[in-house]
Amino acid sequence: MTTEGQAPDPEKEKRKIKSVKKMKEIMTNYYIEAKSAEQTGKKVAWITSGGPVEPLIVMDIIPVYPENHGAMIGASKMGVDLCEKSEQMGYSRDLCSYARSDIACAPVNGGPIGGLPRPDMLVCCNNICGTVLKWYEVQARYFNVPLFILDTPFCHTEFSDEARKYVRKQVDEYIEFLEMVCGKKCDFDRMAEVGKLSVRGQRLWQEVLDTAAHKPAPMSAFDAFFHLALIVTLRGTQTVIDYYTGLLEEMRERITSGISAVPDEKYRLLWDNLPVWYKTKWLSEKFAAHDACLVADTYTSAWCGSLKYIDENDFLGTMAEGYSRIYLNIGVDEMAETVIEMVDKYDADGVVMHSNRSCKPYSLGQYDIQRIVQEKREIPTLMIEADMVDERSFSESQIETRIDAFMEVLKAR
Amino acid sequence: MVTLGIDVGSITAKAALVKDGKLLSTAVIVTGYNSKNAGEAVFEKILSEAGVNRAEIKGIVATGYGRNSVSFAGKSITEITCHAAGAHFLNPAVRSVIDIGGQDSKAIVMDEAGKVKDFAMNDKCAAGTGRFLEVMARALEVDINDFGSMSLKADNPAKISSLCTVFAESEVISLIAKGEKRKNIIAGIHESIGSRVAAMAGRLGLTSPVMMTGGVAKNIGVVKALEGKTGKSIEVSDMAQLTGAIGAALIAMTL
Repeated sequence: MTTEGQAPDPEKEKRKIKSVKKMKEIMTNYYIEAKSAEQTGKKVAWITSGGPVEPLIVMDIIPVYPENHGAMIGASKMGVDLCEKSEQMGYSRDLCSYARSDIACAPVNGGPIGGLPRPDMLVCCNNICGTVLKWYEVQARYFNVPLFILDTPFCHTEFSDEARKYVRKQVDEYIEFLEMVCGKKCDFDRMAEVGKLSVRGQRLWQEVLDTAAHKPAPMSAFDAFFHLALIVTLRGTQTVIDYYTGLLEEMRERITSGISAVPDEKYRLLWDNLPVWYKTKWLSEKFAAHDACLVADTYTSAWCGSLKYIDENDFLGTMAEGYSRIYLNIGVDEMAETVIEMVDKYDADGVVMHSNRSCKPYSLGQYDIQRIVQEKREIPTLMIEADMVDERSFSESQIETRIDAFMEVLKAR
Repeated sequence: MVTLGIDVGSITAKAALVKDGKLLSTAVIVTGYNSKNAGEAVFEKILSEAGVNRAEIKGIVATGYGRNSVSFAGKSITEITCHAAGAHFLNPAVRSVIDIGGQDSKAIVMDEAGKVKDFAMNDKCAAGTGRFLEVMARALEVDINDFGSMSLKADNPAKISSLCTVFAESEVISLIAKGEKRKNIIAGIHESIGSRVAAMAGRLGLTSPVMMTGGVAKNIGVVKALEGKTGKSIEVSDMAQLTGAIGAALIAMTL
């Protein structure tokens, strides 16, 4: 019951995205299904965020994402506790905080959902980083389950024929691995179908993100960070398509009725790198107070960025390239090009880069990208040093000064 | 028209009064535990010293880490913008500022009007800041005000390789244990600050003339080390520590 004094602010209520409720339901049901897999006899595979999930869907295996779990740990501010636990176990503080918190979670069933369901197998694709190899080896030993590693060569400037054959061959091996673990054959007609659903889901996600090109933007990157969970976890299912169809409709309605993410949007910014999960609200309010909206980001668009390489009518044949040429597995020049394309597409006035202590492949080229963007588009860029999950690497007053100073520069232009 | 700038830093609080574009008076106190009280105290101090009445002041801008706790200020502006404005006032030719304060260090590049074009700040670590020097002064049992002159007498600056304040302190302690001369250790500390800040400034690309502002600019050893590492000559005003407060008072004029 709301008393008069506590009545919700109608202005704020108007700006709330209604689909959020549905999304929470889907994610809750997904985790309930995954956590009751032992009772229902379904198999569970832990998989990296950039890994090819479609064959798992085909084989009726429930995919579970330690990285999505890591984001949840960060958002619920349980990161420091778990990171410290892993450090007690002997892991270095310089390791990725997703890896540290996941490794610490397993033996104690910690974290916001009491730990992830026990895996029957692990699937690790190194297109996002090298840490996942050791992280998944650690977990494979701990749970004593088979591990499949899909090795995607780094695409410095191109994707060679040799690389294509090499990854394509591993896709076959991946399917054989799943057939062996599940004790059943893969249905390739179903594979073609799931591939189509995956491509449709990615296209819809891109369309949702594209609505922010409208001025003012109906959604911000902070909204995208939240709605991203589905394209990561349930790619290749009808659920994703239904949900994003609804979300896209809502965004279009917001545009029609003039509802924007930030009440008085004057400055449009692009975000680079993973979110600072435990500070998304603070950051979102901080920028909004300066009438700035983070209209797009390189992170959430990574789950539809390599669509151009995938043929929906030959998913199995083209996924090797699609999964190899994602944002984190390409050279800095191409990354900078992607950032510039996004600056143009969303008409960004500046770029905010999160130098993420955890994510080395994401943060390594940032100074170069910053320089290239400044040279080619002459817009200011801001570097924030933090960590996606480990709050010990965040200094609020220093970051506040940087954001305020950056906004003063933007406003004075 | 009289305006006031208040710069509440992590170690000292500064105030500057500007009248019709001319500097009228300045004041400095130690910030201490309560930054809110420090803002008020430095305000009282400058009023009584300058013999100015509160009612005469037409605008107040607060800056520095405690800027948001200065309740009597009309607006708060970051020290980046204020140092640029203050440096431009002290010498309109200046195009870059290196500001080393108590808690952080910054490199700022400005245009001919003193407007910030770009800036870089140190990361979360306190190495290369005034606080770092204070920690070292304690370990060496030397008055921090003597650091500059002592380091100039060094015959063989010690090597301090760690970038972390805590580790650097333990390096200094082992140097002391080895019997290294104080002047050489201090020179080594200045060299390490110089390297760190020069790397940050180099990323930004300094344009001459360069001015150093902030309390640490009073330390000639750090200035010399920075000149060596950046390969640029660096000017320091007598008002270095007050640059932010002066800039804030000037900005208050335009509001």
